[in-house]
Amino acid sequence: MQVNINSVTKQYGDYVALDQVSAEIPTGSIFGLLGPNGAGKTSLIRILNQITGPDEGQILLDGKPIKPIDVNRIGYLPEERGLYKKMEVGEQSMYLARLKGLDSKQAKIALKDWFERFEIQDWWKKKVEELSKGMAQKVQFITTVLHNPELLIFDEPFSGFDPINAELIKNEILELNRKGTTVIFSTHRMESVEQMCDHIALISRSKFVLNGPLNEIRERFRDNTYRLEIKDPSANGNFVLPAGAILVEEKMDQNLLTKIVRLENADTTPLLRAGMEVGKIQLLSEVIPSVNEIFIQTVKESHE
Amino acid sequence: MNRILLIIQREYLSRVKKRSFLIMTIVGPILLSAIGILPAYFASMPEPDRTVMVLDKADILDRDKGSDRISLKYIGPPAEYTIEEAKEQFMLTEDYALVYIPTGSGWDPDFISQNIVIYGKEEVSLGIKSFIEDLIRSKIEDLKLRNQGVDPEVIAQVRTRVKAKSINIEESGIEEESVVEGKMVIGFVFAFFMYFFIFIFGSQVMNGVMEEKSNRVVEVIISSVRPFQLMMGKILGSGLVGLTQFLIWMALSFVLYSAFTGIFLADKMDAIQTMAEQSAGAENVDQLKTDGLNSVMTFLDTLNIPVLIGSFIFYFLGGFFLYAAMFAAIGSAVENQAEAQQFLFPVTIPIILSIVIAMKVAEDPNGQLGFWFSMIPFTSPIVMVTRIPFGVPYWQLALSMVLLIGGFIGTTWVASRIYRVGILMYGKKITWGELWKWMKYGG
Repeated sequence: MQVNINSVTKQYGDYVALDQVSAEIPTGSIFGLLGPNGAGKTSLIRILNQITGPDEGQILLDGKPIKPIDVNRIGYLPEERGLYKKMEVGEQSMYLARLKGLDSKQAKIALKDWFERFEIQDWWKKKVEELSKGMAQKVQFITTVLHNPELLIFDEPFSGFDPINAELIKNEILELNRKGTTVIFSTHRMESVEQMCDHIALISRSKFVLNGPLNEIRERFRDNTYRLEIKDPSANGNFVLPAGAILVEEKMDQNLLTKIVRLENADTTPLLRAGMEVGKIQLLSEVIPSVNEIFIQTVKESHE
Repeated sequence: MNRILLIIQREYLSRVKKRSFLIMTIVGPILLSAIGILPAYFASMPEPDRTVMVLDKADILDRDKGSDRISLKYIGPPAEYTIEEAKEQFMLTEDYALVYIPTGSGWDPDFISQNIVIYGKEEVSLGIKSFIEDLIRSKIEDLKLRNQGVDPEVIAQVRTRVKAKSINIEESGIEEESVVEGKMVIGFVFAFFMYFFIFIFGSQVMNGVMEEKSNRVVEVIISSVRPFQLMMGKILGSGLVGLTQFLIWMALSFVLYSAFTGIFLADKMDAIQTMAEQSAGAENVDQLKTDGLNSVMTFLDTLNIPVLIGSFIFYFLGGFFLYAAMFAAIGSAVENQAEAQQFLFPVTIPIILSIVIAMKVAEDPNGQLGFWFSMIPFTSPIVMVTRIPFGVPYWQLALSMVLLIGGFIGTTWVASRIYRVGILMYGKKITWGELWKWMKYGG
């Protein structure tokens, strides 16, 4: 499912939660909605889930304005999540599945399938209050993806999950994505989703400050910084920085010399040559900024 | 299946399956029918046979033997006993009471009638006291009349029972026997039932909303349904639970009541017969029996049962929806019971006011007070059901119902606007001003 967010604005009284926000989320992508707490991520996600409506702008799903019935095509795991404590696991899963438009028969088949996959068949008759937190999270995840949504939205997906469950769920999400499901992650912890996302949007103070495919953004933030590792440097070898280059960092570890250098342009020949004067070159690689670094830098700039 | 139906279904089943529902459903009618049966049962319970010792100094009782169950035993000859001696003797026996009828200086019936003393080892029962009083009164009256030269046969003939019926003349000209007391009782029972129902089921809705908010299931649910649907589903589900409980109660109470009265009716009839024999002489007994049955029948006839039940259920649901919406809004705004208190206060005031006004209205069902408060949607559910057994003009009933429908649509609209914001709001100090702001939020 392709999602278009077109100049969406949302206000609560005098407080502007979202200010003319636009983004395109292509079908089958994993989209990271990143930003500090209170930036407007949850407001946007609630608009996508039609929990609230935008004051201005609109949401398009596959090019058409979003309709109430579209909730059946979306799976949502909120940051604040829970289940009815007194209800049995099976009964509750059936209820949530039917609220998403499945009939009892479909819901039962799908649930059986997932319960088998997670090896939790014997939980069916248990009350939720008898489950541990990790167990409840598995049930919660199943009820989010059960109706085969075309769009999955996770708000702070791995907060509260223990590492084993987090890994399990991460793999399940990637598997669903391989089958074509569009995924949106909303988080303030970039490192938790960085390797998974192919598109990101950075939100700060109710506005998108960065938005697009991750590799393009990274490309934009490349500044010709390279990492050069030289093995067994000779003591009398003289390392001459290429013209216009800046030495960012230098480190000697046993017999391995590491230099991080920012060049004037993408031509690495002068750097290689300088390295060869000193010793045997083991590695030359470009240092690409992490999403976290991009994020911090962008937020700082946008505040200035 | 429509989503709101799913929510209603879950709400309904999860409440009905609770043990507390089962207990209330069984205990309720037992209590209810007990309230109906116990007074009748006690009234029909025969008093045990008693022997009453009499020191009849005035010799006025003429050695009357008493009744079947109250036998009189005379100490005598009376002139040879003082009251002190009689008391000593009384204490040695198993007898229930000692009646002392003094003569005074001369034989003056008015002196005698004012100076009778009944001694008992414990509190003497009202039944015995009035039996003795009635017996002595009739003996003294007989004596006085005979002293005036009236023939004893004439005396027996002039005994008359008076019983007045009060009758309403309707505009149509149909006359109806009015049974004010019965109607008041029915009105009160309805009003109190409504009062407790709104409170109990209203706070259940509030707690349900608060529970969903605090265990954080609410955001999952409202990503599938509109917050309004969730709120209405909860309210309708709880309302249906209340209606179910009410109908089961009515049915069970009726069965229990019929069963008990079936068992005790015979006794009760006997009791009426005995009472009649004692007070009015045997010839009036049949008359009295049919009177008793007739009055129950005519009382039921004066009530328009379908209108009564139909409008009760209407006000029952209407009143519940009106208040449940407000309870739901409060539940959504707060995070615990303590916080809920400040908002509950203004909601409970009109409910309490209604029941106070209902008391007044029962005395004057068609007065100004009754009219106005059965029109205001916040008080009409309780005040109107108090009036209905007395008969309310149809235009008033219709107007009040329309206003109530308008009222609950209004409270539901306001409540839903607070609810949709409140259920997603955590860790904020909520004030009335805050609620007002929420109401004005768009989308």
